[in-house]
Amino acid sequence: MSPLDTAQNGAQGANGCGSAPAPVLKERGQREVFCGLTGIIWLHRKIQDAFFLVVGSRTCAHLIQSAAGVMIFAEPRFGTAIIDERDLAGLADVNDELDKVVGRLLERRPDIKMLFLVGSCPSEVIKLDLSRAASRLNRIHAPNVKILAYSGSGIETTFTQGEDACLAALVPTMPAEDAAAPKSLLVVGALAEVVEDQMLRVFGDLGIGPVRFLPPRRAAELPPVGPNTVMLLAQPFLGETARLLEERGARRLAAPFPLGVEGTTGWLAAAAKEWGVDAERFRAVTAPRAERARKALARHREVLEGKKIFFFPDSQLEVPLARFVSRELGMALTEVGTPYLHRAHLAQELEQLPATVQLSEGQDVDRQLDRCRAAQPDLVVCGLGLANPLEAEGIATKWSIELLFTPVQGYEQAADLAELFARPLRRRAILKVA
Amino acid sequence: MQLTVWTYEAPPHVGAMRIATGMKGLHYVLHAPQGDTYADLLFTMIERRSARPPVTYTTFQARDLGGDTAVMFKTAVQDAYERFKPQAMIVGASCTAELIQDDPGGLAKALDLPIPVVPLELPSYSKKENWGAAETFFQIVRALAGPYAPPPGTVRPARPEGVRPSCNLLGPTALGFRHRDDIVEITRLLDRMGIDVKVVAPMGSSPSDIARLGEADFNVVLYPEVAHSAAAWLQRTFRQPFTRTVPIGVGATRDFIAEVAEMAGVDATAILEAPNSRLPWYSASVDSTYLTGKRVFIFGDATHAIAAARVASEEMGFTVVGLGTYGREFARDVREAAKLYGVEALITDDYLEVEAKVAELQPELVLGTQMERHIAKRLGIACAVISAPVHVQDFPARYSPVMGFEGANVLFDTWVHPLVMGLEEHLLAMFRDDFEFQDAAGPSHLGHGAAPTAAKAAPIAVTVPEQVPAATAKAVDTRPTASATPPQPEGTTWTPEAEKELQKIPFFVRGKARRNTERFAAEHGVALITVETLYDAKAHFGR
Ligand code: SF4
Repeated sequence: MSPLDTAQNGAQGANGCGSAPAPVLKERGQREVFCGLTGIIWLHRKIQDAFFLVVGSRTCAHLIQSAAGVMIFAEPRFGTAIIDERDLAGLADVNDELDKVVGRLLERRPDIKMLFLVGSCPSEVIKLDLSRAASRLNRIHAPNVKILAYSGSGIETTFTQGEDACLAALVPTMPAEDAAAPKSLLVVGALAEVVEDQMLRVFGDLGIGPVRFLPPRRAAELPPVGPNTVMLLAQPFLGETARLLEERGARRLAAPFPLGVEGTTGWLAAAAKEWGVDAERFRAVTAPRAERARKALARHREVLEGKKIFFFPDSQLEVPLARFVSRELGMALTEVGTPYLHRAHLAQELEQLPATVQLSEGQDVDRQLDRCRAAQPDLVVCGLGLANPLEAEGIATKWSIELLFTPVQGYEQAADLAELFARPLRRRAILKVA
Repeated sequence: MQLTVWTYEAPPHVGAMRIATGMKGLHYVLHAPQGDTYADLLFTMIERRSARPPVTYTTFQARDLGGDTAVMFKTAVQDAYERFKPQAMIVGASCTAELIQDDPGGLAKALDLPIPVVPLELPSYSKKENWGAAETFFQIVRALAGPYAPPPGTVRPARPEGVRPSCNLLGPTALGFRHRDDIVEITRLLDRMGIDVKVVAPMGSSPSDIARLGEADFNVVLYPEVAHSAAAWLQRTFRQPFTRTVPIGVGATRDFIAEVAEMAGVDATAILEAPNSRLPWYSASVDSTYLTGKRVFIFGDATHAIAAARVASEEMGFTVVGLGTYGREFARDVREAAKLYGVEALITDDYLEVEAKVAELQPELVLGTQMERHIAKRLGIACAVISAPVHVQDFPARYSPVMGFEGANVLFDTWVHPLVMGLEEHLLAMFRDDFEFQDAAGPSHLGHGAAPTAAKAAPIAVTVPEQVPAATAKAVDTRPTASATPPQPEGTTWTPEAEKELQKIPFFVRGKARRNTERFAAEHGVALITVETLYDAKAHFGR
């Protein structure tokens, strides 16, 4: 593996922390991160009439089933078309086989309106062109079902990048917004419905609208996009989706991410500014909510203040989360690892991090574990493979995957988010057996 | 290309991980993309292992393809050797690396490490987890014990006077269904028989232990899925006989004792005569009368399914109405066993096919894997888990073997628990005028969780509750709440008298009675359901 190389971070600590740029540790060793297929676990809940068909191996099928927790659904809206020996040996034409599988699936599930063919490492290595397969299948199954393709493979995507790839596949199919249409706000990134509804209320109170969401809850509700669309990213891992939306004329509002009170206020403020909402009105709408959220946070701050936290790279939420726990919960940051540092989208977040933080990008898990042990953190945010081993070493952990399965954005969830970090420490304090 | 919703078995390299993770001093370097590291959580979360599996993944990416993936692999092997200082290593490819054909075995050999490095060829596109475990164990045994093999034709020297006979226990792995406790139970049993266990492998053994497998007099094969090929090789190479009986249930445990006694040349009369298990008396006691003829559907790996069928039939007095396995390697054995019960074996790894079979057979008890537990739950049928694939619940805190005499006790408890208790069943029957549909009644001690499904068994998509802890998520209850009056199929009406009669049936079985009656009416072209139709249906569906 390539040795650690230390690069200079481009993010200037311009305001707030006002100090030298933080060096970023770049690593290219063993990654202990899921692949993009994992996104299916929450995406298939989000788009209620979509089915996700992974074209891959038994490994891919087993990954999704294991990451989802075995059998939550009687018959889930995802499955795997497992490539077998016959397909590889050319005894069967892979494309014909795929068409057959899709045909059978759609026959069995007439409720499906949108089908994603999800590429995997094996499908990519054998150069199975799923975009072409999708257009071929579209001709057969239109107009009942829309068939799209994206890659969730581990050689191309880590964990949350799967959502980016999925949403990016949706962008070209979004209707064009009428050039004369009034300015609209597009919130990009899968959110829990309860969070969407809260946001709609706040935007409504601010007089901002129309507000639309990508992904939509149903396949037929894809929002339109055009030069009058302004977008707010709700998730920090949507680089490709944002790029394609920009190509279609949408304009991205620079903003922090809506995690914690400050993040939410900053995020809303970006839209408020765009819509010319006056300061008085903005305060009237947000201040009571922010105040309520701060009160709810206080209880968790008691537990977390001054505690050292270490982030392993996982969801790309690490940087905004680090900003939240350091600024609003008073936690001390040690290393903040992330699979990929999207500097443009994280610009406002990076500014808010203390200069002492060690950012790292990529991974070499064994070396990172060494650093983690040396840092002696009170809490480690990491994936499921590392959690129990670290606990057994006496280090409290928080599984990062829960951050994707739980509504954590916005004012009303700020305390829930804090609670996720506080719970492991509370629990340790309660237990009298060791 | 096969459409798969849920898979019973992981890919074969996960089988290899089960071997490596069970062992000590062995390290596995796997050429694989990053997503494949998910497999670690199987061990750390489901089995709650306190250490990471001893596996290094190369986690190559697209940009590495066609470039230096081979170099990455060699670096990973070298780094892993230096960091973990294992006694031996195994190296291989996962499904993706298999396609890029880097030859992990050759690359590792070129490094000329001062330890044995065993290359694994595990074809991901045709084989599965159990096969992968067996192949890995066999290759490790052959590579590490092979150098100690006596010249062909050597006769095994007789055991010296005064030395206790000895054996190895073969087959237990990490993530195995109750392997942890089976080892303890069988070791104790063998000790009572005056037999020493030299090595338990793969679980708990180190490469140096594997090297001395040939020292024992014979081998006990606990899990043929994993150990059969290694045991067969040891027999050929070291002239060590191995056991064929898997000691699950009282009868099989007794047979096992007899088989072992013969192999070891010990007298087992005393142990066979001692009262060893509570199962025989519990089964004979009058309370158990209600177990008679309970219709049971059994599905799992071949070893556990076959054993469960024998226990169910001979020791519990159930009727085996279905028997099957997802493990094609041992399909023949399951087919043979199925003949004993006059049923046709179900050999499939298609979850939907198993579900359809259970729905068709409508058994009163399902003995299966976590998959069948889910099926049974949806169909409102009692269920106990007897085999992998496993779930966090299959690693109980308490001692809970399924082998040996204590294992038989555990089976009795676990299988009876989901069923209605004897007297309770009678009371239910009296209470509702001996109506025939009682078997859907849930046992009171299981609370509302065991209430029967009243509505139809169509797939029900239930939203995952927030905060699903991955992998350890408790299976979410997907059953509909029993609705008092499910929608009537087109074309059938109930007479007021029939409705009234139906109301005499306790509410928790009324749904099923209604459904069965309507099904009967539909099948027989009866448009108007009378009291007579109700009892016709009772007679039809009753046994
Ligand atoms: S990393 Fe690749 S092969 Fe592994 S599960 Fe993900 S897509 Fe499948």
